Amino acid sequence: MSAVLPLPSTTALRQRAHWTDRVAHALMLLIVLALVVFLALPLASILVKSLQNPDGAFVGLLNFTSYLATPSLLSSLGHSVWVSLLVTLITLPLAFGFAYALSRSCMPFKGLARTIALVPLLAPSLLSALSLIYWFGNQGLARGFIHALGFSEIYGALGVVVAECFAVFPHVLMILITALSLADARLYEAADALGTSTRRRFFTITLPGAKYGLISAALVAFTLVMTDFGIPKVIGGNFNMLATDVFKLVIGQQDFQRGAVVGLLLLTPALFTFVIDWLVQRKQTAMLSARAVPYRPKRAPGFDAAMSAFVLLISALMLAMLGMAVFASFASFWPYNLTPTWRHYTMGLVDAEVFDAFVNSLKLAAGTAFFGTILVFVGAYLLEKTRGLDALRPVVRLLAMLPMAVPGLVLGLGYIFFFNAPGNPLHGLYQTLPLLVLCTIVHFYTTGHLTAVTALKALDAEFESVSASLKVPFFKTFWRVTLPICTPTLLDIARYFFINAMTTISAVVFLYSPGTKVAAIAILNLDEAGEAGAAAACAVLITAGSTVVTLLFIALGWWVDRRTQAWRHTTTR
Amino acid sequence: MSADYLRLEGIRKSFGSFQALSDIDLTIEKGEFVCFLGPSGCGKTTLLRIIAGLETQTAGSIRQGERDISVLPPARRDYGIVFQSYALFPNLTVADNVAYGLVNRKQPRAQITARVDELLKLVGLPGSGPKFPAQLSGGQQQRIALARALATKPGLLLLDEPLSALDALERVRLRQEIRALQNQLGVTTIMVTHDQEEALSVADRIVVMNQGVIEQVGTPMQIYRDPATPFVADFVGKINVLPGRLRPGRALQIGTSRFECALDADAERDVKVYLRPEDLLARPIAVGDANVFEAAIEKIEFLGSYCHVSVRSAAIGPQALTVYLSLNYLAEQGLEVGSRLPLRVMPERMRFF
Repeated sequence: MSAVLPLPSTTALRQRAHWTDRVAHALMLLIVLALVVFLALPLASILVKSLQNPDGAFVGLLNFTSYLATPSLLSSLGHSVWVSLLVTLITLPLAFGFAYALSRSCMPFKGLARTIALVPLLAPSLLSALSLIYWFGNQGLARGFIHALGFSEIYGALGVVVAECFAVFPHVLMILITALSLADARLYEAADALGTSTRRRFFTITLPGAKYGLISAALVAFTLVMTDFGIPKVIGGNFNMLATDVFKLVIGQQDFQRGAVVGLLLLTPALFTFVIDWLVQRKQTAMLSARAVPYRPKRAPGFDAAMSAFVLLISALMLAMLGMAVFASFASFWPYNLTPTWRHYTMGLVDAEVFDAFVNSLKLAAGTAFFGTILVFVGAYLLEKTRGLDALRPVVRLLAMLPMAVPGLVLGLGYIFFFNAPGNPLHGLYQTLPLLVLCTIVHFYTTGHLTAVTALKALDAEFESVSASLKVPFFKTFWRVTLPICTPTLLDIARYFFINAMTTISAVVFLYSPGTKVAAIAILNLDEAGEAGAAAACAVLITAGSTVVTLLFIALGWWVDRRTQAWRHTTTR
Repeated sequence: MSADYLRLEGIRKSFGSFQALSDIDLTIEKGEFVCFLGPSGCGKTTLLRIIAGLETQTAGSIRQGERDISVLPPARRDYGIVFQSYALFPNLTVADNVAYGLVNRKQPRAQITARVDELLKLVGLPGSGPKFPAQLSGGQQQRIALARALATKPGLLLLDEPLSALDALERVRLRQEIRALQNQLGVTTIMVTHDQEEALSVADRIVVMNQGVIEQVGTPMQIYRDPATPFVADFVGKINVLPGRLRPGRALQIGTSRFECALDADAERDVKVYLRPEDLLARPIAVGDANVFEAAIEKIEFLGSYCHVSVRSAAIGPQALTVYLSLNYLAEQGLEVGSRLPLRVMPERMRFF
């Protein structure tokens, strides 16, 4: 309607930056630098290594072609892929059923069932492998069961598949519980009013509603299994897989070039997952509008009983797995003398190595939780709530999302190549605890970042504008307003970092030295040395430690809530 | 000239290829209460944010008092701002919220407390210092946001649709309070709103905007009685639009009827005649009056003390007209759907576009 005047060819005006803006820019540059040095460059060095020969000369795709020509290495790829697919196909329906029972039925003891199913998150992934060996290994309590099914032994593909199912189940369950709980009761009421059958309701409302959750969970399961190191190492036997190949090639044979190729192969499914997830998220419509009514399941005795039975079965299996590990850790001399003893625990404590390893784990976890939370939250704040340096922001966003696509093994590999290179000025960091902390922070960065961004986006967008108009620098508002409001979120992020740092193996397995060995690695060493009892004890200790810390965090959260969040609980007079 | 406080010259803003504001020139006097009025997407909030420095204009200059603030960051400008969402800090008490801008200035605590009390009394909420924002109603929160913005005695007060989130009764009450406050303090104020009744009620001058341009600047009376463009005539208040033909000698033909009008045209031409409902009078009509036509009532929309009455007249044309008739008059004359009544048009009230 208004005339479109031809614009003169002057450049647009630029507002002068206030000194506080410059402080924000400097901090953001620091964070980008940190992410580049501790994430992007190590990844790049893997790529570079894969294109070089042992003398450092550029050889193009020679390493790749020679890899593809090696049948044994190629078979690892095939093994990893079909094992991952199988585990995904098994866990997805089971977890869906479990999540369905928790969110759509009126079965009793939902909280207990949920806790049991999620406990493996507090344990190193290889706990299930250790437990399986005690159940079905050569000295296992129920080894006859395996023979009866036609398998010669639990070691190998069978053990890996079953152990991975246990390890991956809680991750898949969490995603599906969230997906199924995003249900709008009004849809079901409308379906009822139209006289829709239960079957039809399930296939036209429930499943489509959970579609993106199912896709997400499937991708997560696949990637977790493809890149897991602990379980194949313990129970894989001679069944070669990509994760153990990397370790053998790099640490065992010092074949960095082949190791780099396998590392890149491991990166591919995760990147693939990442891209698919991103595409799917863009198409996801809002499942819950502000007017949605939460779904409340109705009592249906037959259905509830069936669901309860199913949940009971799965919970029993979980408890059997957990319980066996605890039981075996107390057994004097498996399988000949099962009388309970503290020997494995005390021997572990007396044996300085394991005690030190446990202390290292705590140090790693505490360092990761403390510095990681600060880094993640400040980074997210600068990204979301400050202005200027617009060209740098997409870079920060990308770097913050990238860790989700990088498996721990690949990250650790990159750190070896990058920080162990003699010409690197940061060489001194190699095999030190600070580097382990940084590696773990970067490894789990994305979830912390997304949590922080979500919390910050929930704050009023105009706090910073008001602060500027009142001439209060942004960091004062950050301290007086943003931090106090987001304290519960900070605790969540810290707990996430802590628990994951306690139980992670894949990143640290490449970077530890005798002085910085953590408890998760100690399990592997003990298992290799045949000290199965001590290995189980160590795994149980880690789990117990994680549980205690989780409870401490819950208590801390409750205390923080009472002391600083009183303003949330006031109501209008 | 010396009364000019804020001067905008040639302000342009584009987001990529989308032109949000085109050549905005505006002058605001000290102590004036100005409303930016327009439909969603007209650029009024963008203009306010440019004045605040929260957006940067693509071209153009802004002067506040003696200073050129065109490229200054918000922290270097002199204004207080109130947003639609209030943006009160939920974890701080009302007193801490109001004192937020003062604490930074290293004033002694007693002085700050005194100022906070003074402000709370000014906005009509004395003693609410220890409460948290969540304990107050929407209107009260808005008043606290106002107190916070005024605490540092800014030269300019900017209000971004402050009343949109409130219910109808609170909106009416609060707009009067804001106007009274502004009168008392004499601070130059700009309020953005899409509610034309609000703008007509409180503003000294209204800036009507549409699609990034200023359609008209004037007092509420001028905007209402003398709209400069069809958009302003249509947007502010209700309007009837009729096709007509102007003739020399102050004659106007609408449909098959002849009317007197105030405009002496040189030659015959087709026009659109803009008539407000209240300019179609049911009384007083004396026998022999000019500009009288008969219409039949089609629909009566009851709004309390008066009604929107939809009438149709074959002499005027096929379309319906809206007329305001008071409840009392309808009852007096026994008018209902289907009744016929005479209507008179005042010649000086007709607008032509």
